[in-house]
Amino acid sequence: MKTIIIVGNGMVGYKFCEKFIAHEESKNFKLIVFGEEPRPAYDRVHLSEFFQNGDAKALEMAPRSWYESHQIDLVTNERVTDIHKNEKFITTINDVNYNYDYLVLATGSAPFVPPIKGVEKEGVFVYRTIEDLEGMLAYADKIKQKNPKAKAAILGGGLLGLEAGKAVMDMGLEPHVVEFAPKLMPRQLDLRSSKVLQVKLESLGINIHLNKITSQILGNGAITGMEFGEEPHLDVDMLVISAGIRPRDELGKTCDLDMGVRGGIIVNNKMQTSDPNIYAIGEVALYNQMIYGLVAPGYEMADVAVQQILGSSETLMSAEIDMSTKLKLIGVDVASFGEPFMPPEKGLSILFENKTKNLYKRINVSHDGKTLLGGILVGDASDYNMLHQIYLNDMTLPDNVEDLILGSRGEGGSSAFGRAMDLPDTAQICSCENVTKGQICNAITEDNHDNLADVISFTKASSSCGGCKPMVTDLVNQTLKSLGKEVKDTICEHFDYNRQELYGIIKIKKLTTFNTVLEHCGLGDGCETCKPLVASIFASLYNDTANKEDVIQDTNDKFLANIQRNGTYSVVPRIPGGEITPDKLIVIGEVGKKYNLYTKITGGQRIDLFGAELNDLPAIWETLIDAGFESGHAYGKSLRTVKSCVGSTWCRFGLDESVSFAITLENRYKGLRSPHKIKGGVSGCIRECAEARGKDFGVIAVEGGWNLYVGGNGGATPKHAILLAEKIDNETCIKYLDRFLMYYIQTAAPLMRTAAWLDKLDGGIEQLKKVVIDDSLNIVEDLEKEMQFLVDAYECEWKQAIESETSKQRFSHFINSDDRDDNLIFVPMREQSIPQLWDK
Amino acid sequence: MDKLLSKYKTTAIDNVTLWFKAAPIASFPENGGACIKYRDKQIAIFNYKRKDTWYACQNACPHKLEMVLSRGMLGDDQGIPKIACPMHKKTFSLENGENLNGDLDPIATYPVKIENDFVYIGFSE
Ligand code: SRM
Ligand SMILES: Cc1cc2nc3c(=O)[nH]c(=O)nc-3n(C[C@H](O)[C@H](O)[C@H](O)COP(=O)(O)OP(=O)(O)OC[C@H]3O[C@@H](n4cnc5c(N)ncnc54)[C@H](O)[C@@H]3O)c2cc1C
Ligand code: SF4
Ligand code: FES
Repeated sequence: MKTIIIVGNGMVGYKFCEKFIAHEESKNFKLIVFGEEPRPAYDRVHLSEFFQNGDAKALEMAPRSWYESHQIDLVTNERVTDIHKNEKFITTINDVNYNYDYLVLATGSAPFVPPIKGVEKEGVFVYRTIEDLEGMLAYADKIKQKNPKAKAAILGGGLLGLEAGKAVMDMGLEPHVVEFAPKLMPRQLDLRSSKVLQVKLESLGINIHLNKITSQILGNGAITGMEFGEEPHLDVDMLVISAGIRPRDELGKTCDLDMGVRGGIIVNNKMQTSDPNIYAIGEVALYNQMIYGLVAPGYEMADVAVQQILGSSETLMSAEIDMSTKLKLIGVDVASFGEPFMPPEKGLSILFENKTKNLYKRINVSHDGKTLLGGILVGDASDYNMLHQIYLNDMTLPDNVEDLILGSRGEGGSSAFGRAMDLPDTAQICSCENVTKGQICNAITEDNHDNLADVISFTKASSSCGGCKPMVTDLVNQTLKSLGKEVKDTICEHFDYNRQELYGIIKIKKLTTFNTVLEHCGLGDGCETCKPLVASIFASLYNDTANKEDVIQDTNDKFLANIQRNGTYSVVPRIPGGEITPDKLIVIGEVGKKYNLYTKITGGQRIDLFGAELNDLPAIWETLIDAGFESGHAYGKSLRTVKSCVGSTWCRFGLDESVSFAITLENRYKGLRSPHKIKGGVSGCIRECAEARGKDFGVIAVEGGWNLYVGGNGGATPKHAILLAEKIDNETCIKYLDRFLMYYIQTAAPLMRTAAWLDKLDGGIEQLKKVVIDDSLNIVEDLEKEMQFLVDAYECEWKQAIESETSKQRFSHFINSDDRDDNLIFVPMREQSIPQLWDK
Repeated sequence: MDKLLSKYKTTAIDNVTLWFKAAPIASFPENGGACIKYRDKQIAIFNYKRKDTWYACQNACPHKLEMVLSRGMLGDDQGIPKIACPMHKKTFSLENGENLNGDLDPIATYPVKIENDFVYIGFSE
């Protein structure tokens, strides 16, 4: 059995062990790990979380028992002091010797402390280990007791410095970040993005001092301030130095391994040092003349070393190392990838800056505009993952490259990226753990994991920094979906189809009764979910009114009125566009008075009469219909109202007759049954008094015609409708509306409003435009025909109901008595009456 | 309000002491229901045509005690015939009155017989 000694039990040293034992051949090796720190390896990347919970255990990469159970000897609190490379043994600080066959140096790095006068003073810290943090916390407590407004400075405005700045702020100290360069995160950001970031950080309460060369740390014993040459000094009570790292390469020096001029143990692409039995990985290794201060390259190095030692010599370290990073400060989005700066001979940049929103985006592309070379995102880094993937995988860019940072313009534009599923299988999704898209998808398709948690624990993707989690989630969901594994959106236990499928079956087979539908493609007897759904499909296909098969209608449709709290009903006559004559108002008033109905103006520009008993409904409607009213379909999943503003009829700003057009539209689509209710609005100008954009369709008069918007919603998830077409005339508007509504009716899920439907529609509004305006599916002729059929087939269902004796029969509370429901109790409210409150 | 519900007791066919002649078959919609009045009681009766069976139960929904079950929708839950209340869609087995999608008290059910195209409900008092 051969012995491998690993010096350093940090993130990379640990990863070496984890990867090593995953191989069958590891059985032939003995692993001994030495760590200088008192505890087993922990997640240094998330070190700052220690401030929130003080829980060191939570950061552990693996507990001690893990090492034991894999027969790894872990010796903590013991520094290795010497390597005797010719004799192949090491000596520890306790003067004990251990022989090795292979030695792996994973000693990491230490914070660089610049030689400034006074750095040894009390209250000066570095930011690397849990002990450093414990020291800072104790010291902060001490100085806060003396001075509740104590200040702390961070020396260095890089990634880590900013993280430390936030950390000291969370400790209750006033943070000051001091950077000698003229910008923040000098390695990742350009000057402009640094400025945007600075404004953002200052707004959070982090003070920034740029161009400051610290000449001396002031104080007698403990730090009291920092001096910057001739500039005024800064009073501070504590200092955290975050000025870069230096590799812990002292062992390499003493045993004469080849070293870089500025430190670091030189390795080749097999991670071998100048002694073939000694490997170096992580932040101590100098590869390509670089020290990589990130965990992802360290993990890759660990993998290469494992493979090399186990004999699969073809696994080599990548020639190019990705240094893309995302700042993990809560509330501050900063990311930089690839080549953040762009010398003009290499490529060109596209920049977008919006100071009103603290937003800066820059992408760098090759001269031919075909390749993404790098970029910077400040203020909104939500596109980082996708941009990073495009960069890593050399993916083709869209024609309008600027869409990548601006989104395809026009409202609600769909993403310029496509989806995670479009990435090649080889695309590396998790760079920390080096997991590809293919591996993630295979975990589902081949290894039968069927949820996110299982896929993560199986592939380890997004188990480190977690930055790729949104993409992993996307991939898992989409893969599951493609396997049909997702909870299928079938209607209920009686139909193994979704609404769209059932719509197709009923249409093709021309089924017209619920029983025939059940016999054709259903099971059992149906239920309260599928019956109204089938009824709605019949209505959308044949404009069947609710009278035809009332037993499959939802209760409101069955009685052509909305059931109220006490089992009485409301009556809502149609008042198209909200326009009503005084005579008609009087009729409504008389009806209300006669039947003692509570009367209210609705939110939909019409009048609701509440509290009608079932037995009275036909008589009430008879009166209303005689006066020229029709059903308002307030009960149906159907067109409700088309709200209007008064428009050019009266309004001095009106550009067109919004009332007339609203009435036209309301009359055209009245009675139209759909997956959910539909509402419209027409405004006479962009002042938008009809709130048209809060509706499923909204029409707004502009200079030169109407603008047509679709997919708006009020209710619980309000949404503004999105522009479908501009400056169109009445005929075109109706044509587009016919197509849009019919397309929605045919394809939406049950109880899905147009807003949610449009949200889910692949390709979003752009796709809808293609279907509705450009006829990309070659269906508009059918859509228009079907709509015209429904329009022509319209009948007022209340008129139908009162004219037929049999359908009138259902409007009595008892079938064996003319008595009324004696359970009804009304109580007064202001000058009207309402049902007794429910407390029972 | 217990008073309202205390009137309604599930009645087994063996305990029937009185068959109340409720209404002609023709007054009930196929696969639908209607309400009849018997003394101070409101009884919902359903013509479950798909199973060629008739069911009867209290008209009051135990959820909010409104007299609405007869206006509900028929269906089946894994083969168990049920009625869905029109108000909030609580569902009840028509065989034993059990609330199938919640833990409301069961509804009282009554035996139904058909004679000479008339629907009769069995009561035990
Ligand atoms: C009567 C009225 C309130 C009022 O006194 O003003 C009303 C009453 C009801 N609304 Fe409404 N809504 C009324 C205007 C609105 C509006 C305002 C509007 O239309 O401009 C909205 C927001 C706009 C929208 O729909 O996007 C509105 C959003 C809702 C929603 C949420 C829909 C959504 O997509 O989130 C529901 C719940 C649902 O439909 O699932 C709802 C459901 C209901 C129901 C049907 C609840 C129910 O099941 O009993 C209420 C029955 C009314 C009845 O018995 O007559 N009502 N409701 C209004 C009737 C308007 C009309 O003339 O037809
Ligand atoms: C606050 C903070 C935030 C960070 N955030 C990120 C981030 O967001 N993304 C990212 O990619 N990277 C980040 N990093 C960097 C990342 O933590 C390092 O790249 C990673 O820890 C390097 O792993 P390593 O094993 O090479 O070194 P280390 O984790 O430092 O481990 C080396 C270990 O070896 C021990 N050791 C040294 N010499 C000896 C010896 N002679 N004998 C025994 N033991 C010895 C040391 O005590 C140490 O425990 C962050 C670092 C810090 C401090
Ligand atoms: S807001 Fe709620 S309570 Fe008010 S009418 Fe609409 S559904 Fe009823
Ligand atoms: S009253 Fe019947 S479900 Fe609520």
